[in-house]
Amino acid sequence: MPTVNRPGARLAWIGQAFLLGLALLVLVILGRALAANPILFLQQVLNGLQLGFVYALIALGYTMVYGIVKLINFAHGDVFMVGAFVSYFAVARFRLSEWPAAAFPGMPGWLVLLLGSLTVILLSMTICAILAVTIERVAYKPLRDAPRIAALITAIGVSFFLEYFGALGFVFSPRFIPYERMFNVTTWTVGAGGIHRLVSGQAVPDNAITISNIFVIILLASILMQTLLQFLVRRTKIGKAMRASSFDKPTARLMGINVDGVISFTFAVGAAFAGLAGVLFAIAYPSITSQMGILPGLKAFIAAVLGGIGSIPGALVGALIMGQAEALTAGYISTPMRDAVAFTILIVVFLVRPRGIFGEPEGEKA
Amino acid sequence: MNFVYLATSALKIVALLAYLYALLWVLGRKQLWAKIVGVVAAFGVVQLAMTPIGGLRIFNDFDSGLLYQACTMSMVAMGLNLIYGFNGQFSLGQWGFYGVGAYAAADITYRWVDGDARGLLVAGIGVALGGLMILGVNRFVNRFKGMPVLSQFTLYLLGAILAGWVAVVIGNALNPLLAPLLEEGGPLAGYIPQQIVFFLAVVIAGVFTAELSFLFGLPVLTLGSDYFGIATLGFAIIVYTLMNNSDTILPFPEMKGGRGMIGIPQYTTWFWAFLFLLVVIVVMRNLIYSSTGRAIMAVREDETAAKAMGINVAQNKLLAFVIGSLFAGLGGAIYAHYIGFLSPGAFTFLLGFNPMIIVVFGGLGSMTGTLTASFGWIFFLEGLLRVILSQLGTDAPTWRFVLYPIALLLLMLLKPAGLLGNVEWGFFKKPVFVRVRGAGGVAPAPAGAAGEGGQP
Amino acid sequence: MRAFRILGLLVILSLALSACAAAPAPAAQAPAAQAPAAEQPAAAEAAAPATSGELKVAVLAPLSGPVPTFGVMTRDGALLAIEEWNAKGGVLGMKIVPIVEDSQCTPDPAVNAANKVIDQDKVHYIIGEVCSKASIPVSEIANAKKVVEISPTSTNPVYTLDKDGKAKQYVFRACFNDNFQGKIAANFALNNLKAKTAFVLLDQANDYVKGLAEVFTADFTAGGGTIVGTESYTAQDTDFSAILAKVADANPEVVYLPDYYNIVNLVTKQAKEKGITAPFLGADGWDSSDLDLKAAAGGYFTNHYSPEDPRPEVQNFVKTFRETYNNATPDALATLAYDATNLLLEGIKAAGVDDSTAVATALTEITFNGVSGQIHFDANHDPVKPLTILKVTDDGVKFDSVVNP
Repeated sequence: MPTVNRPGARLAWIGQAFLLGLALLVLVILGRALAANPILFLQQVLNGLQLGFVYALIALGYTMVYGIVKLINFAHGDVFMVGAFVSYFAVARFRLSEWPAAAFPGMPGWLVLLLGSLTVILLSMTICAILAVTIERVAYKPLRDAPRIAALITAIGVSFFLEYFGALGFVFSPRFIPYERMFNVTTWTVGAGGIHRLVSGQAVPDNAITISNIFVIILLASILMQTLLQFLVRRTKIGKAMRASSFDKPTARLMGINVDGVISFTFAVGAAFAGLAGVLFAIAYPSITSQMGILPGLKAFIAAVLGGIGSIPGALVGALIMGQAEALTAGYISTPMRDAVAFTILIVVFLVRPRGIFGEPEGEKA
Repeated sequence: MNFVYLATSALKIVALLAYLYALLWVLGRKQLWAKIVGVVAAFGVVQLAMTPIGGLRIFNDFDSGLLYQACTMSMVAMGLNLIYGFNGQFSLGQWGFYGVGAYAAADITYRWVDGDARGLLVAGIGVALGGLMILGVNRFVNRFKGMPVLSQFTLYLLGAILAGWVAVVIGNALNPLLAPLLEEGGPLAGYIPQQIVFFLAVVIAGVFTAELSFLFGLPVLTLGSDYFGIATLGFAIIVYTLMNNSDTILPFPEMKGGRGMIGIPQYTTWFWAFLFLLVVIVVMRNLIYSSTGRAIMAVREDETAAKAMGINVAQNKLLAFVIGSLFAGLGGAIYAHYIGFLSPGAFTFLLGFNPMIIVVFGGLGSMTGTLTASFGWIFFLEGLLRVILSQLGTDAPTWRFVLYPIALLLLMLLKPAGLLGNVEWGFFKKPVFVRVRGAGGVAPAPAGAAGEGGQP
Repeated sequence: MRAFRILGLLVILSLALSACAAAPAPAAQAPAAQAPAAEQPAAAEAAAPATSGELKVAVLAPLSGPVPTFGVMTRDGALLAIEEWNAKGGVLGMKIVPIVEDSQCTPDPAVNAANKVIDQDKVHYIIGEVCSKASIPVSEIANAKKVVEISPTSTNPVYTLDKDGKAKQYVFRACFNDNFQGKIAANFALNNLKAKTAFVLLDQANDYVKGLAEVFTADFTAGGGTIVGTESYTAQDTDFSAILAKVADANPEVVYLPDYYNIVNLVTKQAKEKGITAPFLGADGWDSSDLDLKAAAGGYFTNHYSPEDPRPEVQNFVKTFRETYNNATPDALATLAYDATNLLLEGIKAAGVDDSTAVATALTEITFNGVSGQIHFDANHDPVKPLTILKVTDDGVKFDSVVNP
């Protein structure tokens, strides 16, 4: 807009000052916290990281599905819940994690653990993928040409259905079930005195932070999956088809791409990640219930949006920010206000970058 | 299994829907006297059904409770239909505004009954000053064309804080003058002043909600569709969190945070619920068929085209959002005085999907559909389904929320455009303008008179 | 037209599904209901007119909504009591018919459910709701309509009290009042655990937790202890590492966590992994077979009864409950619902007539031997009953001591 007289543009500083003020406030709070107790601060950051990496795994499913069909798949959080339950039944009921020991009696313990855990995780991922594809075929596909809101309401319906059907006595039962881990938790204390293994019942020495093997596993799994997905989308043929379908479905179809197949595949991959996240989440926070998916699902979705929905690195970055926002707000501002703070951050980020941090600037057509 | 019992319940739903259509039909008559007689009759019929005559009541408290809930739900859903159905802004924050309206109105009457006029004074003055502030800042903003939205928002925010502060100061100063009159036996403690205060509380709560939505909507409406949806969902969650901390972080000890606000006077009667529902219906219909309404719909169809036709897109989005939130605030206020107890648990974001579901159920952009779906939804889910399931044994009620999503899925798969699509009925039909020529297409006046016609 | 077809389809579907669902439920259709009335105590026989009708009792439980598990447990506890009474010939010669309604732990559905059972089903007695935020509005309705309501678990003081602080005539509760339980916990921490510093964890939005935490804080401070920190979380939280890091930093001698077992499992497990060695202290919400013993080991909680208690009420209850519900162990909610229902029926029996006013009066006078000990109601309609302190160990929950009111 070259020649229009816009005197208001000179007043942009008012808004910028407002944002700057907010940013300064946050920095002051964090800075004071860091100065007061650096060890505690570091510990809180690590706590936030663990949460963030779990969110990242769930966020991938949201971002992929949204990227290709522009649908907020509210049922994704409940697929995550199913993932946790599948692993629970596999481990606690069917002892699936111990099959290598039964099949090959002489096998060393660590290998049994590794193979068994992997089997359970793969089983969860597979069942979640099948579930998601079923949901997609039954509930979303018939509505592909309907108004987008119809699919969204359907997604909410599927989500309610999974939650309350799962809560029935003969399905998952409405109970909060203590989750049995496949392996024991080991905690290490890291501090001035070096790295030590924490013995149960022993207190943590001063000036040391704690890191558990769960944290390491979550971190590794999440990064591995991000890399795998990035590879899948960028380097493989199906990835290219996914990108093409997300860009322009009719044209992709003309190019001979089986768009419906690609969409189902996207749902399957996203759900497999959700299944993995469900297992990891249940290992880290071992109490499962049919409604456990609602909140992590929502948070992960927000994370995906924050990072720029449709973008895979965005999902990771958004999730990490979300994790930090939660842990640090809980640690230094106020736990009850945590969700409010997280959403305020989201809205403020939107005001600065309306399509999220990694989002593409062009507007999408509804 | 008691079939008579079931049949009566089902019959009530059918009768109620017939009643709604009759109401719309009579409102759609041309003659003013027909409208007035019709509205009074519509009010009277239900009032009669709710009064026990010779020990017989057609509508017992279960039915009338559902009726009040359906009325408030209609208001909320109508507001959302304006925002989403007619203006195309995907808002998940309607439930938050509903909660704000409920708490605001409840606080005013609660304090009033408690002999404290500050609620009314501060909120009333604050709302008035807030309105003035918005007008004032608006004039200032208009002088600087092209001011970034964020700067505008900052100015409005500062203005709102100032207005709120002044209102608190004035309210506190005036309270000692009014407080003695409120005591037991005082001139302002009786039934009539209480009803007036209730009316004021509802209106103030509605306007407060509207102003809040203006502040929030101003920056957030610049976001695209789904992003706007997430931001409004965020609003609903922020409101919920604040409700949970209303006694610790917010300075309202009487709201008792997560424990819930008890002792709200139960002023809502069929008269008030009907009156405000009628006001919402009339305002909504007249707005939609005015030139503003057409502008609002044009924004939904294509923003760029609308802009090219000289429509101020941002302003029209904001208008629809503010009026939609106003309806939600009114609905919340009526709800608070029906149930007499507010707890944040009634305003979680999951329940916030309900108005969205209703709007889609009824058909986006169909006022008749929203009204029907609100009543149908409440009476089906809370009424009929409850009655059926409790007949089937002690385990059956667990299935209520398994059946509900199945119904939702089936309906969406069979009729993705909603029950009524965009069909309108009676009063909601597009009016045929005969007299209006060159006056900018403003809706004919008699329809507005029907609002007053609601008072018997 | 299509809409009607869908509606019809749904009704049929719901009937079919529910028929399947209802079949295995051990509810009112129990054959034992036809047991001869002769088994009834003679006194009641004489007092009651020999009308062999039905007596409806409504059970309002959150079967959906945020806490379905609490609803199911409450329903099962209440139904078990009703079934046992029916097996003994009902009350006043009448068969007890339970009407279960889903109240979602949310005000509106709870009010609808209450209105429905009162106005449509004409019940005079309600067991429920579980959550205070749902039972408070229900109590207003019940009291206005002269319907006796006993909530098994609503601890909010205003639930039984009206605006002037007087007890609502028809409204009772079966659980401890926060004051008693919180005070005993504070005394236990000070005297038995010899703790000088305590950390309090609470859910701001939960009446039960918040009330107990407030009482504990007040009494612990009054007794000479120091609260070194208070942190709150929300019921949906799973990650407690942020607040536990603060607990570890404050290094208290005891941590008070008066929440339900699902939260306790998560918090204590994460606390152990974070090297927090201070014992956790809790309340009756810990009582559940789903309590993670390994995680909570070393902790103590105040409860209604000890499973080791040899009294027949306790042993019979646990045994029958297991037999009836596929080996599920009753938790605090089931126990309280069971006691609440027994109290109600005992009250009806004592009143001798199916009249809610008489029953409400009778309830204030009776002394009843329930699972949770000898119960009678005080002026505020709160139960007065002994409190047991239990210790959690790796191989079970062990009796520690008992405190009488």
